[in-house]
Amino acid sequence: MKGRSVFQRMAAAPHIVWAVMFIVAPMLFVIYFAFTDEKGVFSWSNFASLAQYSNVFILSIAFALIATVICLLIGYPLAYFMSKAKPKTQKVLLVLLMLPMWCNLLIRTYALMALLDNGGLLNSLLESLGLGKLHIVGTNFGVILGMVYDFLPYMVLPIFTTMTKLDRRYIEASADLGCNSFQTMTKVVFPLTVSGIISGITMVFVPSISTFYISQKLGAGKIDLVGDTIERLFQNPSTYNVGAAISLIMMILIIVSVGIMNRFSDNDGGIIV
Amino acid sequence: MEKKKLIELKSVTKSFDGEAVLRSIDLDIHDSEFVTLLGPSGCGKTTTLRIIGGFESPDSGDVFFGGERINDIPPHKRHVNTVFQRYALFPHLNVFENIAFGLRVKKPDCPKPSKEEIVERVTEMLTLVNLRGFERRNISTLSGGQQQRVAIARALINKPKVLLLDEPLGALDLKLRKDMQRELKSIQKRTGITFIYVTHDQEEALTMSDVVVVMADGKIQQIGTPVDIYNEPENAFVADFIGESNIIDGVMEKDYTVRFSGHTFNCLDAGFDPREPVDVVIRPEDVDIVPLERAMLTGKVTSITFKGDYYEIITDVYGFKWMIETSDAVEDGATVGLHIEPDAIHVMKKSEYSGRYGDYSTYSEEAEHLSDVEEEEVTAE
Amino acid sequence: MKILSKSYIFIIFALLYAPIVLLIVFSFNEAGSLNEFTGFSGVWYKELFNDEEAFNALKNSLILAVSSSLIATVIGTFGALGLHHMRKKYIKGAVNSVTNIPMMNPDIVTGVSMMLLFVAVAGFLHTQSFLGFWTMLVAHVTFNLPYVLLSVMPRFNQLDRSLSEAALDLGCTPSQAFFKVELPQIVPGIVSGLMLGFTMSLDDFVISHFVSSPDFQTLPLYVYNQTAHNVKFSMYALCALIVAIILAVLLIVNFAGSPKKKGAAKR
Repeated sequence: MKGRSVFQRMAAAPHIVWAVMFIVAPMLFVIYFAFTDEKGVFSWSNFASLAQYSNVFILSIAFALIATVICLLIGYPLAYFMSKAKPKTQKVLLVLLMLPMWCNLLIRTYALMALLDNGGLLNSLLESLGLGKLHIVGTNFGVILGMVYDFLPYMVLPIFTTMTKLDRRYIEASADLGCNSFQTMTKVVFPLTVSGIISGITMVFVPSISTFYISQKLGAGKIDLVGDTIERLFQNPSTYNVGAAISLIMMILIIVSVGIMNRFSDNDGGIIV
Repeated sequence: MEKKKLIELKSVTKSFDGEAVLRSIDLDIHDSEFVTLLGPSGCGKTTTLRIIGGFESPDSGDVFFGGERINDIPPHKRHVNTVFQRYALFPHLNVFENIAFGLRVKKPDCPKPSKEEIVERVTEMLTLVNLRGFERRNISTLSGGQQQRVAIARALINKPKVLLLDEPLGALDLKLRKDMQRELKSIQKRTGITFIYVTHDQEEALTMSDVVVVMADGKIQQIGTPVDIYNEPENAFVADFIGESNIIDGVMEKDYTVRFSGHTFNCLDAGFDPREPVDVVIRPEDVDIVPLERAMLTGKVTSITFKGDYYEIITDVYGFKWMIETSDAVEDGATVGLHIEPDAIHVMKKSEYSGRYGDYSTYSEEAEHLSDVEEEEVTAE
Repeated sequence: MKILSKSYIFIIFALLYAPIVLLIVFSFNEAGSLNEFTGFSGVWYKELFNDEEAFNALKNSLILAVSSSLIATVIGTFGALGLHHMRKKYIKGAVNSVTNIPMMNPDIVTGVSMMLLFVAVAGFLHTQSFLGFWTMLVAHVTFNLPYVLLSVMPRFNQLDRSLSEAALDLGCTPSQAFFKVELPQIVPGIVSGLMLGFTMSLDDFVISHFVSSPDFQTLPLYVYNQTAHNVKFSMYALCALIVAIILAVLLIVNFAGSPKKKGAAKR
């Protein structure tokens, strides 16, 4: 009230020490490893050798972008329709949406693979109908499908949240001022849910660009993304340095793209997590 | 009958971030009085209350309670309880537990009350504030008026010698506010507890108080009964703040004679230097409209507003706009004669507030509400 | 319009659930094949329950989740208290942003950064790599911290100062006022931070993958290793069980008439 007690002043100390030791220091080590060779001598060589990974980067960015756009195209109408449902239905739908999110990513990916695999259920079904096999696992399409399947709920949830918070009177006002429902959608609903869209995009894009389990399973190990590359490089101490350099580049890439996206969102609403 | 002094403030000063909020306050508060600290936002009334409650300590000066200096006594050791602005009811406790809170807190000097005793005391309090049957209700389900009652009951359960009320009715609508004013006054009379009441609403202050303390700019402008304050304002600020008034520059010709608006009037005031410049205050209801031949002043009517039981007429006299309240209808644009009885004229010494209130002036409650937000931010820091 | 929106919702949710439902159904398939359903059987569950490694992994997961969420909650709650009383805005902002790094960063970066720290410290001490329970605990506490702060900090910021003044006014000492009035209002935030940390820790695979050793496996790591090569139907059974448990928890939390419905947003 009048002054702060010693206790209040020191309360954050363990937190700050922890954050410095286990958040800041690890980041510094990433930078350190990225700029040194195996013997710990300063070197640019890690970045020089990155050229051979440029295809991996391009592929990862492309996959993550495509998956994000598909999630948005599927997810936005879903969130919109869900927000129009009766409150009771909304609650049920929300639980249905959350369930896959709370399930481990490994389980979801594994389940999808069981369905789509060459010896999987879909193909047995197609074969018994005499339609021949559909090769999805091991293709680019399979990996993107995996990303969309795994991360769609993360797109829907923040958009749905901003939509339910949307004041109904805005929509009524827009109708009152002569907008038809399409105009209301584009001129009122969409701009007011931008913050939800931004956090949805972030929540799909970031895990998509850094995944390795999805490409391992649904790419059948044939498709190499940045995540796979990092994971592989960190299996062997001699390639830690290159791995650190790639991680650093990816981190910067994500910080920059998330930063740019947040510029479009004029408020800090929605779920940033 | 000389009443017992309960609280004394002696040359109390306080400033926040270098900005003086209280500039040497001297105030005596007597037993069983209903005292109102009245003033606009930022006048220091809430700070004065918080110093008495123990939530702020004065930069200099002393606070005495029953003759004992209490500057350094923390709030929980003072025999004073507070009804907070916006009530500050505990959201995690129900009505009963909120009211019982003060009883349940362990006190080193007296034994913990028994369960029966607590129920009895809480019930007594609920009866006092007319809230029987609300014991188990959640705070968030109560209306503003009901929350107000719970806050009063909670503050009174420890039988304080003094109850501090910080704009307790500010959040209520007009009708409810009037009812609560009456009820607060009756609670004060029944319990005999000294109430120190902070408000910016002059009407509230006049209706409820035994003593009104008018404050402005961190200083006490006047202390007195509501009648004194209204009829004998100390300076232009008080005259303006309390009720509606016409405040005019005048010159005291000699005792019992004052000259303003180009006319010499008889009055009841004396003790000024000859030819001393003064402020003259005349209440709108004390100006009579008379035929021109009997007029002391003449003016041109510029606006008429029907107010139900009277008309509010604005009349231009030599460029100064007078406000007149009368039941006589006049025509807009007409020239009318004004007549003022000697006992309607109140002469005040010139002060730093002289000349601030051009034409007739009224204190605007709406503007006060608008500026309230700022004051809360200031006191919150 | 109504029909369109209803069928759209239905189709998307059907697609979302198809793999999960099929996984559950085929976990009961006697044949151990995805090609045909030969008969209802609990044989894969039996195999799972006889799998000591799976139980060990579950036990490890629970130990790690409980301990890491508790530690993170204690550190984070005191951290929030300290930050709340901190006057220097820029330090407050800096600590907040740094704490949020593990939440913003892709898990793989957090994972490799922690791994590099542990590797470097091991190299500095000239010891063998010491990855295992302790490194996983440190990592889990670290990525739980932002969630604790996110749940507790707003509670501190929402505290109305006049409430604690009211408590002082009614005779509480400052410490009584804290425990009787302020703490009860912060507790829901602490509880949700704890729950959030617990589930994040149970769920984590990527970060654990980089800071673990074969001696200490959690359930997600176990699933990862088991599914690395061939299809194992006991894993179907495990996944089905996990889904069932999560469904039960979600239903209880959302529909069992609990007065608080603080749906903690999950990543």
